[in-house]
Amino acid sequence: MIVTKAPPLPRLGKSLRRPDGMAKARGVFKFSSDLDEPGMLWGHLVRSPHPAARIAEIDISPARAMAGAAAVLLAGDVPGRPTYGLNYPDQPVFASDEVRHVGEVVAAVAADHPLTARRAAEAVAVRYEVGEPVTDPEVALRAAPVHPLGNVLAEQRVVRGDVAAEGDVVVEGYYETGMQDQAFLGTEAALAVPDGQGGIDIYVATQWLHIDQDQISASLGVPHDQVRVHLAGVGGSFGAREDLSMQIPLCLLALRTGRAVKMVFGREESFLGHVHRHPARMWYRHSADRSGRLVKVEARILLDGGAYLSSSPAVLSNVACFAAGPYRVPNAFVEATCARTNNPPCGAMRGFGSVQVCVAHEAQMDRLAAALGMDPIELRRRNALRPGDDLVTGQVLEGAVPVIELLEACSSAPLPPERHWETTEPGDLALPGGSGRAAEPLRVRRGVGVALGFKNIMFSCAFDDYSVARCRLEGGRVTITTAAAEVGQGLVTLLHQIAGEVLGTDEVVLAEASTVGIGSAGSTSASRQSVMTGGAVQAACQAVADAVLAATAARVGVPRASLQLAGGRVVSDDGCVDVPVAEAGALCGECFEETVTYQHAATAELDEKGQGDAHVAFVFSAHRAVVDVDVDLGLVKVVEMTTAQDVGRVLNPLQLVGQIEGGTSQGVGFAVMEELIVEHGRVRNPSFTDYAIPTALDMPPVRIAALVQEPQPGLPFGAKGAGEPPAISSTAAVLAAVRDATGVAVNRAPVHPPDIALALAPGTRAGQGDAGVTPS
Amino acid sequence: MSAPELLSYRLWVNGHAREVEGGRLEESLLYVLRERLGLTGTKNACEEGECGSCSVLVDGRLECSCTILAASAVGRDIVTLEGLSPGGGATALQLAFVEAGAVQCGFCTPGLVVAVTDLLARVPEPTDDEIREAISGNLCRCTGYGRIVEAVRRAARAQAAGMRTAP
Amino acid sequence: MPVAVPHDLDEVFAALEAEPEAELLAGGTDFMVETNAGRRRPRSVIALRNVGELGGWRRKGGDVVLGAGLTYREMLEPSFATLVPALAQAARTIGSPQVRNAGTLGGNLATASPAGDTLPVLQALGAGISLRRSPQEERLVTVDDLLTGPKHTSLCPGEVITSVRLPASRGMQEFLKVGPRNAMVISVASVTCIVDFASKSVRISLGSVGPFVLRAEAAEALLAERMDWEARRLPAPARDIADVVELVRSAAAPIDDQRSTATYRLHAVGVCAERAIERILRRAA
Repeated sequence: MIVTKAPPLPRLGKSLRRPDGMAKARGVFKFSSDLDEPGMLWGHLVRSPHPAARIAEIDISPARAMAGAAAVLLAGDVPGRPTYGLNYPDQPVFASDEVRHVGEVVAAVAADHPLTARRAAEAVAVRYEVGEPVTDPEVALRAAPVHPLGNVLAEQRVVRGDVAAEGDVVVEGYYETGMQDQAFLGTEAALAVPDGQGGIDIYVATQWLHIDQDQISASLGVPHDQVRVHLAGVGGSFGAREDLSMQIPLCLLALRTGRAVKMVFGREESFLGHVHRHPARMWYRHSADRSGRLVKVEARILLDGGAYLSSSPAVLSNVACFAAGPYRVPNAFVEATCARTNNPPCGAMRGFGSVQVCVAHEAQMDRLAAALGMDPIELRRRNALRPGDDLVTGQVLEGAVPVIELLEACSSAPLPPERHWETTEPGDLALPGGSGRAAEPLRVRRGVGVALGFKNIMFSCAFDDYSVARCRLEGGRVTITTAAAEVGQGLVTLLHQIAGEVLGTDEVVLAEASTVGIGSAGSTSASRQSVMTGGAVQAACQAVADAVLAATAARVGVPRASLQLAGGRVVSDDGCVDVPVAEAGALCGECFEETVTYQHAATAELDEKGQGDAHVAFVFSAHRAVVDVDVDLGLVKVVEMTTAQDVGRVLNPLQLVGQIEGGTSQGVGFAVMEELIVEHGRVRNPSFTDYAIPTALDMPPVRIAALVQEPQPGLPFGAKGAGEPPAISSTAAVLAAVRDATGVAVNRAPVHPPDIALALAPGTRAGQGDAGVTPS
Repeated sequence: MSAPELLSYRLWVNGHAREVEGGRLEESLLYVLRERLGLTGTKNACEEGECGSCSVLVDGRLECSCTILAASAVGRDIVTLEGLSPGGGATALQLAFVEAGAVQCGFCTPGLVVAVTDLLARVPEPTDDEIREAISGNLCRCTGYGRIVEAVRRAARAQAAGMRTAP
Repeated sequence: MPVAVPHDLDEVFAALEAEPEAELLAGGTDFMVETNAGRRRPRSVIALRNVGELGGWRRKGGDVVLGAGLTYREMLEPSFATLVPALAQAARTIGSPQVRNAGTLGGNLATASPAGDTLPVLQALGAGISLRRSPQEERLVTVDDLLTGPKHTSLCPGEVITSVRLPASRGMQEFLKVGPRNAMVISVASVTCIVDFASKSVRISLGSVGPFVLRAEAAEALLAERMDWEARRLPAPARDIADVVELVRSAAAPIDDQRSTATYRLHAVGVCAERAIERILRRAA
């Protein structure tokens, strides 16, 4: 179902096929790991095996002596800034005195074969004086500093209304979320090619070319314009490529050896070499009056940021802003903190803070409904944000706020038919555990859960957020240049459609994305590129269209005012001129070129009480999950996911479905299986064998109950970004369904089979209290 | 450390004899296909047999090329993604993937195309369960599999209708 | 040449004689994972895939003889699956279709993982494993003889696993495996249960709950004792099964690791044993 309040457009809204789709299906699309250069070397990084240690000595001579080894670099070989970082450069390019997490980079080698490079890396002899790691974020807040900048990476309060207010009914809960990994398929890879004059070209799979360029340039000590960053094919990102991985060491190796150097992370190194979703501990207290109206929400939230800052402040800001969920909350007290520990660094991942708090606020809403004896859907309806409401941060919501529509579409969609297990044989793929034959049909219970979530789109909190696009129209052919990173989401398709929409043509070419000759497009994150680079392309094309209109008026000798742009055409009042813009441009015989910077409306910082208009726009999301659970073994089969999404306007229906299904799938994975298990600072499962992501037999069909199209004022075409919302409420919905099926008070994502089975097993806590974890 | 002994051997890939010179013993078929023979359509995502991105057909059977020691694959009939459409055009299955929206980042797509080619050769009209079990060894992180299953359904229908689809 | 690709066993033994340190490579699904990760650095390899004598399976009297090169996929063929259902049930749960096409019975034995899914089935069926180090020298061992610890076997240098002999159509068979994903998952606990009403015998083997596969012998004995073999039922099913399950659990020696906890494994192995027995009794009735 599409709920639409938007008039149709000629090209946008159609399911144009991806321009790179066939190249990918045929295997000729070049991912970053597919690149090569004659005579290139292979790089490899030396990483710390310890979560906390002093580096006593590094002996590189055995590595240097290895046949085929070309270079070994250490901290002393970094000519420029020795550290890097997205928000603040607190992370060493190479650790020299101290390592703060397992996987921290200590050295880099280049050799003539990847095996030689790996063995040379193993031959770098680092003598560590092993220390005691700080691995509990609560302990970290009181512990000796892990880093000179201290153990508090970020903190934010939100204080609203009367914090002493109290309703008639109070529910409290403690919730946790584990460390999720983006687990994209294409591991980190890049090729660096020195130009022989001190400059360098790097071809890399990344999310934000210009911030890579800034950081590489600073550490190389090479002027900005001599560091040229080019986008190589990206095999998924989901936040993990926003921070640098290998860029600086790789460029240093290339400059040192004077040869092209390629580096590709293996899967284990990928798990160790990028940031993860912050694990969260969340204490909540909700109070409501007897009619179910929320009176107050209190929350204390502690994130584990790991050893370095990355984007933790922005994640934490989201955690604080969205802690109460998409509800009217007159009084609130939220205290959110992100601690530095010796665990793996955490940063951006799809949903960016909203996923964690959604697990907690939605479990609280269900708990409150139970305490009130009220239907949980009705409780949500009574409290749902409506247009014109304000958030706990004091920001008034403008434009679409279709929370109730999403909730109703999801909760009223038909349920999948009940299974009649009597005739089901063990090993039926519909059973939890699939072909393993462990599930007993008669011990399978069905559950249904609903969750709502929301978050901001685009960068917030006074960030100078912009994107630059160039449109060139020559001979009827349109060339669009931006530095925006296509990571699989389909921006390249949308930019085709947007340019075509404005200029009335399908003859659109996208130039390769790089830092050469074009300004920043900002990051492919925060669900922002459809709006930001889409907006920049629209504006650049519009500027070209305006110029074409003027030139056409001059060419045909009519007053400029007698011509108009309509539906990608130049049209005269009298109807004598009616031609697509691109064609009109060709008729003028000129080349039109415009470069435009698009910015969204300014935002403000949050003040000490968490008040301020910190965000440009919001998206809302609803999911309903249906699960079957074998209650004795705790095995979960997600049967169906239903969702409703607030999209502003659908720009490409097929791609939108792809974002919704894919985001929902990552949420399902986080609900029932995905967790990086970190013990004493060490990741225990850095492999696809043991970090399980959903297979085709784990991910159920997704039913889209509604796409609410209410164009958002101030955004190009009124379209909202759609990348993150499907990942926000899916996890919480699955957990609610598991609680419904089992009666176990599951309070942790992901829920593992023991959390269910042992809670229900005779002789143990029979579903009483919080399963799986206890507050520390 | 002494230099490793280098191997020379011949593989039979996509119907052609391909000479490997100066190979190392530990090299997987995946590595040799990509780095020595330039067949980068076969993707390297895990190198532990857990994701299916490097799927190839060996003597007509679907396998992960990362778990095959390249030098032991002499004499076997190896077909990679590039060998599925000898004319260089797109197969009906590849077209179905693009049209159904089954391609996002595309890193898993080549392995899936090989796996589904194998499925449809064995089971021309698979049920949804058969489709899902057949691709359960091919991880995709972008799509949630919905459009992939749809692409397989479409390709199966096209195949059943005896259609020859050209791009 | 550090890689030999022999076509028959004589060539295998000749290659082993020439290169006593050579490592044997079967389906590669474990060997290459370790090699790719740098945890295994073979200097010389003998690849067994082309050795025709190691492939396939055949009937021999009341038994089935499985070549060590039999793949998991081949175990799923209906003609084989009806003879050794539990092995087919186990094979279907192993890895992905790709892995099942490549991985072999001999490889599963030689890897000797506590989570090797065919191993408890072989143990429960009392499989005889044939090892050779020359055309003349054959040694017959049981699963218990062969498996000495996690990833450790009693294989002697130069010894090749050539075949495995099992009884065909032995009793009623059930294999159950628990893992946290619906496909492509490593066992957290598994139970193989075989109840043979003809010989009045019971076998229960447990996977992933000890350093190697474990037989629950006390549980087997109790179930055999309580069983009314003529009526094919237990006199007091609920109590009888609960007592057997208690003994199954006491036979397990699970650990905590990144895949699960000892407590859950102990719990799950009991649930699976209970279900296996109930299913067999339902079918027997």
